[in-house]
Amino acid sequence: MDLQLSPAHEEFRDTVTNFLIEHKAEWPGGGAGMRDTRRLQWQKKLIENGYAARTIAKEYGGYGAEPDILKSRLIAEAFAKTGAPPPTANQGISMLVPTLLENGTEKQKQDWVAKTLRGEVIWCQGYSEPGAGSDLANLRTSAVLDGDEYVINGQKIWTSTAKEADMIFCLVRTDPDAPKHGGISYLIFSMDIPGIEVRPLVDMTGAANFNEVFFTDVRVPKDQIVGEPGQGWRVANSTLKHERGMLGNPNAAKARLISIIELMKAETIDSERLIDSAVFRDRLIKLQAEVYAMQANGMRVTTASLKGESAGMAGLIIKLQGCELNHQLAGLANDVMGELGLLFGNTPRIRDRGSWQWRFMYDLGLIIGGGTAQIQKNIISERGLGMPREPKPGPNRVGV
Amino acid sequence: MEFALTEEQQMLQQTTGSILADLSPLDAVRKYAEGDSSASSEIDNGLLELGISGLTIPETYGGPGLGIMEAALVQECLGNAVSPGVILGSTLAAIAIEAAGSDVQKSEYLPKIASGKIHFGVAFNEYIGARDNTRLNFDGSMVNGTTIFALEAEQASHLLLSDAEGRLHVIHADAAGLTISKMKTIDRTRCYSEVVLDNVVLDPLSAETQGEKTIDKTVAAGRVMLAADTLGAAQYMIDAAVGYAKEREQFGRVIGSFQAVKHMCAEMAAKLEPSRALVWHAAYALQSDDDEGVLLACLAKSHLAEVGTFIARTATEVHGGMGFTDLLGLHFWFKRIGANRQLLGGPEKVRNEAAHLQGLIDA
Repeated sequence: MDLQLSPAHEEFRDTVTNFLIEHKAEWPGGGAGMRDTRRLQWQKKLIENGYAARTIAKEYGGYGAEPDILKSRLIAEAFAKTGAPPPTANQGISMLVPTLLENGTEKQKQDWVAKTLRGEVIWCQGYSEPGAGSDLANLRTSAVLDGDEYVINGQKIWTSTAKEADMIFCLVRTDPDAPKHGGISYLIFSMDIPGIEVRPLVDMTGAANFNEVFFTDVRVPKDQIVGEPGQGWRVANSTLKHERGMLGNPNAAKARLISIIELMKAETIDSERLIDSAVFRDRLIKLQAEVYAMQANGMRVTTASLKGESAGMAGLIIKLQGCELNHQLAGLANDVMGELGLLFGNTPRIRDRGSWQWRFMYDLGLIIGGGTAQIQKNIISERGLGMPREPKPGPNRVGV
Repeated sequence: MEFALTEEQQMLQQTTGSILADLSPLDAVRKYAEGDSSASSEIDNGLLELGISGLTIPETYGGPGLGIMEAALVQECLGNAVSPGVILGSTLAAIAIEAAGSDVQKSEYLPKIASGKIHFGVAFNEYIGARDNTRLNFDGSMVNGTTIFALEAEQASHLLLSDAEGRLHVIHADAAGLTISKMKTIDRTRCYSEVVLDNVVLDPLSAETQGEKTIDKTVAAGRVMLAADTLGAAQYMIDAAVGYAKEREQFGRVIGSFQAVKHMCAEMAAKLEPSRALVWHAAYALQSDDDEGVLLACLAKSHLAEVGTFIARTATEVHGGMGFTDLLGLHFWFKRIGANRQLLGGPEKVRNEAAHLQGLIDA
């Protein structure tokens, strides 16, 4: 154990921090749209200085640094500490880019990686379907080869940013006769092709954070496949790995904890501050212990990655525990506000713009999305504890 | 930056674990639980040969000069084996004497702890929180009264006793006017003692560093060690539950293939793994005199109390009816985790201290 930074890393941390303090006023961040030019300029500046797309090769529009997980961590902490607007994060950057770099043709990499990193091309992810949620490989959207084009018919659901997206990376069934994992292919295509219809899906927060996407005879050139036909499941799994890494980040929980302490100091009932209530304080410290545990766990996982080792169980539990903890924190904040916490929308007396109720609900979505809590427990027990898989009830066919 | 055990630390755990597997199997624990104390002296001698007595004592006083981290790692092994082996009392005494003893006291006690010639029990309840009719009255160089749940006092040659203000005092276990008697508890894998003092002579730690800072660090080290004990015991219970679920068959398949059972096991592992990192962080911060060391010890102690309780119950349930029997012996781990939860401050008490430490409570 040694939690001291080397002088070189200390210097790096100071350089990042000073850069962010100096430049953060150039774009205040916040609610600006995905295509706001100030956002795009900020992203460009971050890439040029190595604080976004850091380890992606220069030829594909990245900064081209050697991987150094500790430096990446210091960068993330510097953004949190200085309050500078973080680099653009979306499914194109976190999922499509690594997938193309791993599986794409040279032309696909040249066409899409740099523009995606700069935030100029927005992507959505076409994986889940009404009949293919946790059982994703059960998907039925079909792609039939007709000359040099695939003809796509079917429906996707839970597609975030589908309305704004220029492009989609999509799982389709190209071989209905193959075993269910074997007949899937990974296609990338424009959202402007005729036959694509996007319908917003209003969720429990009252907003349409997701959409349904319908495909009717959508024609896609056959060279827009990533990997070989029938390899889509393997290609997609390399991106799911990246998505699970995004969820359950312990720095977010620490920031929430600090906000809740401020809230508890500010809110009063009969002139008593909530922080002076022994019952509420006990709940706070209980969650604080969990936040500290997840942070320490994060340091352990970082260390394992630095050494090129698997973090084992410490890595497998992050999505399950991290998302649950964030939900619990939002729940505590709601209880601290009591009835005032029920206020929602643009209304007098509202606290923190109603964000805690929103988070409490949205976090439940995160507990379900990206592999439900129950799927996570299957993964932990099977890969982490070596327990047997649930036996399959019948023949392994599509639609069964 | 490196957040991981060193090779030496991993070896220390492996060696301790294999010695305990030899000297402290469940049969030996049972013998000790039934009142045969010869089992525990064999274990203590084995640990002594490993050089585990007084791990934190500097080399100038004949110790190995290691840290609270190593003490916690050894304690984790003891918890894993529900072993009656003792290191907590002497470790805490060594930390306190090194911090607040005079040069004479250091030379008098530290080398003897390191060589295993003397062993300390500890009694801090007068400072942490005393129940009715168990108060101590310190009067100059003498002490009168009763204190309960002294730890590792039965085997001890000396006791380290704290007063209500946290000043620490050494007394000899064979001093005139001192009676140490065993308390009967649910946890029979260790001894807990009632100490009655009738005009017993004290040797107060006399350096100027005596006072809150020393007692707080000492108690915090004890809390980290108890958290580590629960960590080891809870890991044993998960391993036992997973092992059982992979073998036990019902409805024509092993019960470990049912999601209801798998998810219980996954929940246990998911709660325990971050707890391990928290215990490491607390031990490291405390021995580096980090500002957050005492706070982290409070968080580790209270968190492991909650996680341990959940695992003790869930692992027992995975074993079905067998978990409830004496035959399997799983109850020794269940009870040890239950005892650790209360010792040196239960979770509510410790969380309240954590709030104090952060200035969240108006003094």
